[in-house]
Formats: sequence, C-alpha cells, structure tokens
Amino acid sequence: MVEWTDAERAAIQDIFSNLDYEDIGPKALRRCLIVYPWCQRYFGGFGNLYNADAILSNPMVAAHGIVVLHGLDRAMKNMDNIKNTYAELSVLHSEKLHVDPDNFRLLADCLSVVIAGKMGTAFTPEIQAAWQKFLAVVVNALGRQYH
Amino acid sequence: MSLTEKEKTVVRDFFGKIVARSDDIGTESLTRLLVVYPQTKSYFDHWKETTPYSAPVRKHGINVMGGIYEAVGKLDDLKGGLLTLSELHAFMLRVDPVNFKLFTNCILVVLSMLFPDDFTPQVHLAVDKFMALLALALAEKYR
Repeated sequence: MVEWTDAERAAIQDIFSNLDYEDIGPKALRRCLIVYPWCQRYFGGFGNLYNADAILSNPMVAAHGIVVLHGLDRAMKNMDNIKNTYAELSVLHSEKLHVDPDNFRLLADCLSVVIAGKMGTAFTPEIQAAWQKFLAVVVNALGRQYH
Repeated sequence: MSLTEKEKTVVRDFFGKIVARSDDIGTESLTRLLVVYPQTKSYFDHWKETTPYSAPVRKHGINVMGGIYEAVGKLDDLKGGLLTLSELHAFMLRVDPVNFKLFTNCILVVLSMLFPDDFTPQVHLAVDKFMALLALALAEKYR
C-alpha cells in the first residue's frame, strides 16, 4: 500500500482544486503526441495528426485530453486505494484499447511539464515530488491488469 | 533518433535565448533531482549537504549546465565532442546512466516552469531528443 504524508495529500488536492481541465488536458495530450509521435498509433480515427500544427488544432485531441485528465479524478478521490480503483480501466486499456503501458508514463511526463508551465515557481521541488509520485502510482495501477 | 538540422537550430536558439538564467536552471534542476529522486543523493555522500538550493548543489548545478552548454556547441558530433566527459563519467564518476534520464525529466520541468511561453511542444521535442543524445554520448565509454 502506498503511504502518503499529509503534505503530499495536500499538494495533490491543491493541484486538482486549481486545475483547469479544459486547458491542461488538451495541452498534455497534444504535447505527448508531438514529443512522442509513436503515441499517435492509438488515434487512427482522430483525423489529421500529420504535423505539430495539425495536432495543436485538432478538436478530437483536445476533447480526448479533457477525458483523460478527468480520469485522474478517481485517483485523487481514492488515494489510499488507487490500485483497485483503476483495475477496470487497466483491463480496458489492455484488452480493448491495446495500449502499451509505457505510454502512460510518457503522458504523465508531459502532464508534469504542462503543470509546471502553468504553476511556475509555485511548482516547488516538494510539490513536484508529490505530483510525480502520485502519477507514478496511477501509471503503475493502469499497467497492473496486463497479462 | 538523431537531431534534424531544423531541430539543431531550435536547440541552439532556445539555449542561446535562456543563457542568462543558466545558473538558476542548473541549481533548480539538480535540486529537484535530489528531492524527486532521493536515491540520486547516493552520489553526493562527500558533500556537506544536499538540501535544496544549498551551496554545493548550486555549485554543481552550474557545473552541469556548463557541460550541457558545451554539448550545445557540439551538436554536429556529440560522441566525438564529449569523449573526455564520457571518460570522466565512465571511469571516475561511474554514474548509472539511468540517472541521465531522471536529470532530463527535471530539466524539462524547470525549462517549462521558467519559460512557459518559449518551451512549446516543438521546442520540448527538440530538447528531449538532444538530452537523450547527450546521455548516449556520455555513456559511450562505459563499456
């Protein structure tokens, strides 16, 4: 079971309470598709992803970014039981979507970069540590049901 | 995954633009490495302290950024240009190369934090590739 300090819990809750999903979600997914272009393999039905400009203006990418970011809500609300909270989503990503779990880590890295850009120096080393620990736990949980 | 000519220009331009803050970037990146990945402190037992923004951390962060800027100047031949630094890391420092990735994560976060408008996805891509190639060049002499 993952142990969270009070400071870590506060840091995570704080980030989520100030989170603009409509801004951060699209930015994170767009960045992931541009910086790690092989991730585009999962978005064949999303239309034009041929270059950075196309990705940046693609409405399906933006919409999906918001969906994915809201997917983190359940972890934030169940920080002491993230593993089980994501069991069903893990099965979905493995058996239906066939997503290589390493992609979760890539998206998590992009999300951290985007949040750092938004928060500036308020994204202190300690808050960065708590946030990346949180994402690492989510990423691990999402990869658990792959067989 | 090598840098295209366009990406080399992006890297040179971006690092040129932010050079005035290079000391801060180095200090922040190394501070974060030690906080976010505490196992990295194992390489610094000989320091008086590894606390965020402390003197040894600042001094070494500036040192590391110097190395990164040296690499920016040698984009056309990173392996050849960084041979001496590679030998240092391989035979003396013996830093496990996995840590280069961890440091890269920290520097990307710091660049986004300090230059949110300039660190666009396209710049992020070029810098991430550069850091990966830099890490490879540093590990060249390991075995």
